[in-house]
Amino acid sequence: MTTKNITIKIKRQDAPDSKPYWQEFNVPFKDHSNIISCLQDIQRSPETSNGVSINPVVWECNCLEEVCGACTMVINGRVRQACTALVDKLSHPITLEPMSKFPVVRDLHVDRSRMFENLKKVKAWINIDGTHDIGEGPVLPENERAKRYVLSECMTCGCCLEACPQFSKDNNFLGAATFSQVRLFNAHPTGKYNQEERLEAVMGEGGIADCGNAQVCVEVCPKHIPLTESIAEIGGQTTLQIIKNLLFK
Amino acid sequence: MEKRPNSFVVIGGGLAGLACTMKLCEAKAKVTLVSYQAVKRSHSVCAQGGINAAINSKGEGDSPEIHFYDTVKGGDFLANQPLVRDMCYQAPAIIHLMDRLGVAFNRSPEGHLEFRRFGGTLYSRTAFAGATTGQQLLYALDEQVRRYEHDGQVTKLEWHEYLEAVIDHDGVCKGAVLHDLRTGEIFTVGGDAVVLATGGPSQVYGRSTGSTVCTGAAATSAYLQGAKYGNPEFIQIHPTAIPGHDKLRLMSESARGEGGRIWVPKKPGDSRPPREVPENERYYFLEENYPLFGNLVPRDVASREIYDVVFNKKMGIVGEPMVYLDLTHHPKEYLDNRLGGIIDIYEKFTGDDPRNVPMKIFPAVHYSMGGLWTDFKDDGHGLIDHQSPRNQMTSIPGLYAAGEADFQYHGANRLGANSLLSCIYTGLMMGPGLIQYAKNQKKVFENVEPQVFEKAAHKWKDRFSKIKSMQGSENPYDLHRELGDTMMENVLIVRDNTKLNKALSMIDDIETRSHDIRCLDTTHWANPTPSFINQLNCMIHLSRIIAMGALMRNEFRGAHYKPEFDLKQPSDFDPHEYVDYMEQKNYGEVPEESFPDGHLAYMKRFEANNERWLKTTIAHYDEGKPNISYEPVDTSIVPPRPRKYD
Repeated sequence: MTTKNITIKIKRQDAPDSKPYWQEFNVPFKDHSNIISCLQDIQRSPETSNGVSINPVVWECNCLEEVCGACTMVINGRVRQACTALVDKLSHPITLEPMSKFPVVRDLHVDRSRMFENLKKVKAWINIDGTHDIGEGPVLPENERAKRYVLSECMTCGCCLEACPQFSKDNNFLGAATFSQVRLFNAHPTGKYNQEERLEAVMGEGGIADCGNAQVCVEVCPKHIPLTESIAEIGGQTTLQIIKNLLFK
Repeated sequence: MEKRPNSFVVIGGGLAGLACTMKLCEAKAKVTLVSYQAVKRSHSVCAQGGINAAINSKGEGDSPEIHFYDTVKGGDFLANQPLVRDMCYQAPAIIHLMDRLGVAFNRSPEGHLEFRRFGGTLYSRTAFAGATTGQQLLYALDEQVRRYEHDGQVTKLEWHEYLEAVIDHDGVCKGAVLHDLRTGEIFTVGGDAVVLATGGPSQVYGRSTGSTVCTGAAATSAYLQGAKYGNPEFIQIHPTAIPGHDKLRLMSESARGEGGRIWVPKKPGDSRPPREVPENERYYFLEENYPLFGNLVPRDVASREIYDVVFNKKMGIVGEPMVYLDLTHHPKEYLDNRLGGIIDIYEKFTGDDPRNVPMKIFPAVHYSMGGLWTDFKDDGHGLIDHQSPRNQMTSIPGLYAAGEADFQYHGANRLGANSLLSCIYTGLMMGPGLIQYAKNQKKVFENVEPQVFEKAAHKWKDRFSKIKSMQGSENPYDLHRELGDTMMENVLIVRDNTKLNKALSMIDDIETRSHDIRCLDTTHWANPTPSFINQLNCMIHLSRIIAMGALMRNEFRGAHYKPEFDLKQPSDFDPHEYVDYMEQKNYGEVPEESFPDGHLAYMKRFEANNERWLKTTIAHYDEGKPNISYEPVDTSIVPPRPRKYD
């Protein structure tokens, strides 16, 4: 095994309203190590490259298999999951920063509750009659299922919003992840019954019309969700809804 | 006067916790849902394969009764049968419900649910949503709970940790002590009952297929308060995982199914790249030792053999605990076609392309069949009385457990695609009983003396301030790794009493050293270190009962393999002989010549072993010490019989 060191620069912040600062760390390089294993190494010997003892770095992670979405951060300037960021595939020194579009909790850990609040705004769920046994669900062709499946893999990681020029800390733009969830639920035979409510929610300020069509969301999505296609589809659905509203309301 | 709504505290936002919350909300209750992180990131999200239900959509003659039989047999008859049976009977309704919630299950040509075959059964019984079934099921339940949150019935406390149950003067649980992981504030919340749906304990082994949050700390905390813990020693190992410095990632068994060959260099410590090791210097140990099955030996056999090569023969790749799983003899097109998804996962996490380089794999801790002991009430007809408040209640009244945190359903080993089912099943099934419990309780939590809550909160404020003042010499994260390594080396696949004894004294040593920890971070805001030190303490206690349970159980059952106590099943034994034997026994002495040579003696050994060991291990913490005792298993529906292991 190789025994060289690598350098990692981490942007740290002690609390939401305190000033960020940078620290540099040396960690032993091991074959196939990823950013998470480097952060774990720092936990086990929390000192900077100058030998100063520091508080261990705080970050968020759970599954480490790129399904939970927790360990998203900005690595060498690009937003992605830390668990799939392999050290030998990155340029050095490595820089780690928290996502910039969400409030920092501490160090690399940010607060993404805005994304979950957005899901409430657009009622991203299916209104069922009850959990009791009333038999089979709706019959659905496999090709439509497959289209929904791709959308249902969204892990609310926030990459698309970090990359989006329209989404900022101080506006109320809903963003690609939310629009895509509207598409997911509108495409379900039962979910469709509440399509109008969802479309009304994305028709106002911060809604679909504010999308600048920069298309970077789709480039950074780790799950390759066709986000721009979702935006176009929801754009179309809202246009129809507007016409319906003009004619019948 | 408006009726007082029932109110519950559910700890854990995985499948079990969310299903339970949804069911309670439907019954008009209020729920405080507590989660260590955003619920959508719970470990249930990781499950890939699918969820079982005997819907018999392919006319194969499958039925819930057969599903039940497969499950108890797979678990070596160690599970209480009415619960398993009820779960299997509820399974079709559960799948239909999840389908109605919008889970993108794969469909048949006619647009109905598609099913596939999974390990341990002959039927197409597994519904699946691509390769991310756990994620899809979790999201569907999360969406329903968000709906109730939107309507004001659910209060979500994410980034909060459960520390302990609040227990009143009558010994009844009336709430929970919680820790706000951002502000560091410690406070209590009251409820008619508390549900622990806090997942498995895989972090006790350090690196595993489990998520980093799966420390088992919440369940251990209940154990330390006096709740019984069932079958701690039953830990399921998956034979092929991708070793990583941060965790071990699952590599589906289909890699072996498609002709993957397992080998190590014959020369221990050989550091040549794998493709430079000539064919005659490779040790294809499964092919050599099992000429008939080769690389397709069952899960447990594969795990044991890999372990033997690495730890006893010291032949792991360059001295590391790994072996090669080689697919490079297949053409690229074949691999892309048959194993594309798996190859991508390996490449994503290691940077190596398995089309060109053999994969490095090792068995990994995957699931815990054990957990908090829970009660049940059968309906007298081999199913469960769904209205009973006893269902899923721990031995502390008012404290319930569900999902991987409880010990029921899987016995000595879990069948693939049964874990998602057991999590959703327990969450839903316990709902009506919880409501009954809330209606019947003698004293509601609002009337409990406030001092009970104050005392509980004070105890934990005190404990955390003590943790923060620890200025010793041990690093808690280092100590955790040492605990994990100890468990991996001594309490994993092949269990040996000398090594288990050694592990127990090493655990004692780690515990002693844990009093000399340095709290690396003493700040107040979003500081995970004190919390981790507390979890480490729980993991030390839990590792002790896992090792003790394993040491004391002198037999070979399911995932618990002790070669010293192998019953030596004759290779030509047919499990049906045992049914004949039991029948003949009813008519008196069974003559030796009724069965082939040695078979009767084996069956008598099997019978005697069951007499002694077909029992639930109960770990009970009393006066600062773990006590191990045994409890009978309900085998009233299917009499136990030998399994055949090849």
